[in-house]
Amino acid sequence: MADNTLEIRNLNTSFFTQHGEVRAVNDVSLDVRRAQITGIVGESGCGKSMTARSVMGLVRYPGRIVSGRIRLDGKEITGLSKKEMCSLRGNELSMIFQEPMSSLNPVMKVGKQVEETLRIHQHVTKEEAARRTEEIFREVGISDARSRMACYPHQLSGGLRQRVMIAMAMICKPKLLIADEPTTALDVTVEAQILSLMKRLCEGGTSILLISHNLGVIAQVCDYVYVMYAGRIVEQADTCTLFDHPVHPYTRALLGAASSLRSGAARLETIPGGVPNLLHLPSGCSFSPRCEKCARQCQNEVPQMLPVSGEGHLARCYFANVPEE
Amino acid sequence: MREVLLEARNLTKEFPAGRKKKVHAVTNVTIQILRGETLGLVGESGCGKSTLGRLLIGLLKPDSGQVLAGGEDVTRMSDRQFGKYRRQLQLIFQDPYSSLDPRMNVREIIAEPLRTWNVCRTKEELTDKVLELMEAVGVPGEYLYRYPHQFSGGQRQRIGIARALAADPELIVCDEPVSALDVPVQNQILNLLSELQESRGLTYLFISHDLSVVRHISDRVCVMFLGMICEVGEKEEVYQSPMHPYTRFLLNAILLPDPHHRHEEEHLLTGEIPSAVNVPSGCRFHTRCPYAAKRCLSEVPQLKDAGGRLVACHYPLKP
Amino acid sequence: MLSNRERKIVERFEKSRKIQSAGSLRSQIGEEETFFTMMRRMARENKLAVFSAIVILLIILAAILAPVLTPYSYSDMDLMNRLSPPSSAHLFGTDEAGRDILTRLLYGARVSLLTGVVPTIMSMLLGALLGVVSGIYGGWLDDLIMRLADITLAFPSMLLAMVIMYMLGDGLINVFLTLALVNWASVARIVRAQTLQLKKTEFVEAARVIGVRRGKMIFRHILPNCLPTLIVLFTLNVPAAILTESSLSFLGLGLQPPSASWGLMVNSGRQYLYAAPWLSLAPGIAIMVSVLAFNFLGDGLRDVLDPYQKK
Repeated sequence: MADNTLEIRNLNTSFFTQHGEVRAVNDVSLDVRRAQITGIVGESGCGKSMTARSVMGLVRYPGRIVSGRIRLDGKEITGLSKKEMCSLRGNELSMIFQEPMSSLNPVMKVGKQVEETLRIHQHVTKEEAARRTEEIFREVGISDARSRMACYPHQLSGGLRQRVMIAMAMICKPKLLIADEPTTALDVTVEAQILSLMKRLCEGGTSILLISHNLGVIAQVCDYVYVMYAGRIVEQADTCTLFDHPVHPYTRALLGAASSLRSGAARLETIPGGVPNLLHLPSGCSFSPRCEKCARQCQNEVPQMLPVSGEGHLARCYFANVPEE
Repeated sequence: MREVLLEARNLTKEFPAGRKKKVHAVTNVTIQILRGETLGLVGESGCGKSTLGRLLIGLLKPDSGQVLAGGEDVTRMSDRQFGKYRRQLQLIFQDPYSSLDPRMNVREIIAEPLRTWNVCRTKEELTDKVLELMEAVGVPGEYLYRYPHQFSGGQRQRIGIARALAADPELIVCDEPVSALDVPVQNQILNLLSELQESRGLTYLFISHDLSVVRHISDRVCVMFLGMICEVGEKEEVYQSPMHPYTRFLLNAILLPDPHHRHEEEHLLTGEIPSAVNVPSGCRFHTRCPYAAKRCLSEVPQLKDAGGRLVACHYPLKP
Repeated sequence: MLSNRERKIVERFEKSRKIQSAGSLRSQIGEEETFFTMMRRMARENKLAVFSAIVILLIILAAILAPVLTPYSYSDMDLMNRLSPPSSAHLFGTDEAGRDILTRLLYGARVSLLTGVVPTIMSMLLGALLGVVSGIYGGWLDDLIMRLADITLAFPSMLLAMVIMYMLGDGLINVFLTLALVNWASVARIVRAQTLQLKKTEFVEAARVIGVRRGKMIFRHILPNCLPTLIVLFTLNVPAAILTESSLSFLGLGLQPPSASWGLMVNSGRQYLYAAPWLSLAPGIAIMVSVLAFNFLGDGLRDVLDPYQKK
């Protein structure tokens, strides 16, 4: 399959804590298509970051990938050794995080840090590395690139730091860029700038997996969206279909909550109850305790992803194809 | 015209930042908070909105300017004189994790203001009062002896609200109370804040960087940029037809959860926020403002009445 | 697929889930933890801490009951039986003056436990108080206290102890005072650093908004959050104090022979390390056992006081 940069099939990642098994990622299958932005949206603790970390091979003890397959550009990467993963990370596979300050070394000039990433993976001379760093700095929209390269992280604003992180992630021209809440720590006006930069990168041929809790971010830039809840994917569709015709009750509730802020209603829409504890998942559909449509079969058996009318639209709900009354 | 509950006049606060340098956190801010209203205070990080909130409730002392409550300047008071205002001016924090003492249980946390002000005479009365407050904010009473880490973010924020309510305040400064929460939980907390306002006649100063949230909860909105106020006015007027260019760009940058309305680049603000240490001369927004003229570089615009609202711009946009 | 450890976790979880669903009808209202329930919880969760507490109690009891437990006197010499190895008459052997080592250990426990615990508590109280005051109030008071601490820390501790002992003269009380005056500075520095950190947290700011006064703030928010550090410091400082006392005694500044302390016994046994190793070994093991017991008990206390460990 050449048109998918990333394919995840039936991925299970668990944490074996002293209180029991925490199923952070539960039977997740997803594709990131070439030169598109694919989004994962969900509340905190729904497993979206853990899915990304599983792909990057960054799941920490006591967690590990229990089963499933991850293929990058047609190549299996699940069984790779630590060393092989290391040479993959930063090279063919990059990730940027929410908080750029903690991902940068505070006592090293940012230019040097980006150059180093390049020199680890590719045999280039110092001069060549500096030249390409300057080039990538321009590309990610850092004005006055040469003088910025000589700055330390604390001398840069949050938006610039995130641009440096993106430059560092992009310097080896990776096949896949994973962005985990890249704009959550940024200001509104800067957030919009970073998002349009991501769109530009994507137009340049990079495949991006964008993780966010913010439906606004997802709606603005994504081509295709996966909705996650309690470790499972509950709905997937292209962005317009998902926002126009959501079928899973959770997606509906989430969208309702986000849009009721703008509706001018006195009371905002919420979802009754709380997110289930991943240690004690309900036996059937994980959303069933909070769902108004919940029937007996919802409580007994986890529904499969069912196709919904509309291409590439799937939902994990028994009532996915029951028309609204 | 509603009664003015709290008024700030020409407040200025600077923090030292290394040798001979200063962070201009709040510069010459004048603002009124009316009884029973929710005043939304929006701006990007570092614009001084949190500092302003803390100045208003007397947690910080201003370098110059006054804060008037009931005609008295509270900034010049001794701690003893300020005592009676201490209870009336409360704060809800952004981070529901670090704002509760991890070594105290819920009862101790909510009882702290009651103990400090000797509200209750007996232990039973204290427990009853705590349970009453927990019910008011929607935390089940059986969690009385639990510790903060055993709760979710939303529930912790409720506990923080109960602690503020325990002091029986008039004004609560809400400093980004929902920005650490997921949308459904955020909506629950916003609903709770509205209910409490109605039942207890509270006044809020609602600080947030999220314009959609501010639009929902506020009666009036105040927009800040780099320590100065750009625009103050009735919510709908400001959102429908912003007069300060910064307000307009801020509104343009809102990320709508609607893929059919995507941003267009030309409507976005370019550049970064200038540092609060080296603030630009004249209008502080002029480095990013596409409409900046010569006058904006040298002359600081004053907050002027512009048809029912206040705008600090030499060339305000036509409504 | 699953490793052994992981399978165990999954099984245990299944079991606990069944139990939980059976008991879910019971009222869930909690109860406030009192000192006794807290100790019971520690007894349940941390057997090592309980064992350590028993060991410490036994040592204290043995020290008190020393005259009953042994027929010998700690100071009577028996030059016919010098350096005799352990036997049924002398369980741990005799020392260079023919004194029974077990007897001297029992009597020495009195001095050593006291010099381990009392000056450590004194130095911790002094250090914690000065450190918190320094951190909370700041200004000239902070400068004054911290310069004093710097001066104390700048001297080699042995030298400082000797100077203070010279000025105060011999005697157990003076040993206590000396050890307390030598050790307070490091405690004060650590507590001050932690206070400054806590001062910046939002929950301390929240207490200020409520109107809590600074004095109350110290006891309600600052010290309870310093507690884990203080407990660790305590378990580190007790053995240090026992050993410093022995050095002082060795230099002729602390207790004088024939009175017994463990440190003194280790020191005086050094010359006979090859000929009669039990001279140093017996008090050495006694120090080790009691220090370990204090360590484990400290760990247990720290865990039981940590709200994150509560279910």
